[in-house]
Amino acid sequence: MSETKKFMYINRHAPHGTVYAHEGLEVVLIGAAFEQDVCMAFIGDGVFQLKQDQDTSEAGMKNFSPAYRALGDYEVNKLYVERESLQERGLSEADLMPLTWEDEDDDWAEKPSIRVVSRAEMSDLLEEQDVILNF
Amino acid sequence: MLHTVNKSPFESSSLRTCLALARAGSDILLIEDGVYGGLAGSAHSTMVEDALKSMKVYALGPDLKARGLAEDRLIPGVQVVGYDGFVDLASANDKVQSWL
Repeated sequence: MSETKKFMYINRHAPHGTVYAHEGLEVVLIGAAFEQDVCMAFIGDGVFQLKQDQDTSEAGMKNFSPAYRALGDYEVNKLYVERESLQERGLSEADLMPLTWEDEDDDWAEKPSIRVVSRAEMSDLLEEQDVILNF
Repeated sequence: MLHTVNKSPFESSSLRTCLALARAGSDILLIEDGVYGGLAGSAHSTMVEDALKSMKVYALGPDLKARGLAEDRLIPGVQVVGYDGFVDLASANDKVQSWL
């Protein structure tokens, strides 16, 4: 059995104007099968990916934002969102989707997946990783 | 002239360049990721607020909805239009300049 590595997926693009966000999410969901220590970072326009109430019906595009809710079931439950990026965009944590996961070690208690962190904390998180993938 | 901007102001200088070059009386239409330029209380709100003193600024409704942005999150004065409004703006102006 190979050792577990710390993987971080960095998301820096807004959700619908380019394909980065959708492709990145697909890679995370596929990569979840490899049982590594996975987290996601949302920096810059990437924070817009987690905005609540996305409705693409009138724009004629696929709405992939509900798929973020599946992350918890794949044990991807550390979604770090940079506070400064939210503030620069006039957003707060209350604007984000309420994403959760169930902790099997705590009687399946439902816990929040999103953790808003400062830029300094995000910098520390980057240093901790073994592998960083960018979208 | 109608100016359209389709890039986020946080990712690209398109909106800044557009607003710097657009004449008073122009119509500015924010589409696709450009609609993020209409957000109130952001780091780029001020330049749009300044533009609103001499130009009209619109944002495309379906692109706002796709991104989860309600009308009340926009800078006051930014008007929401649908695809029909986009067509009206394009036909009312002699030229359309797309800042890609």
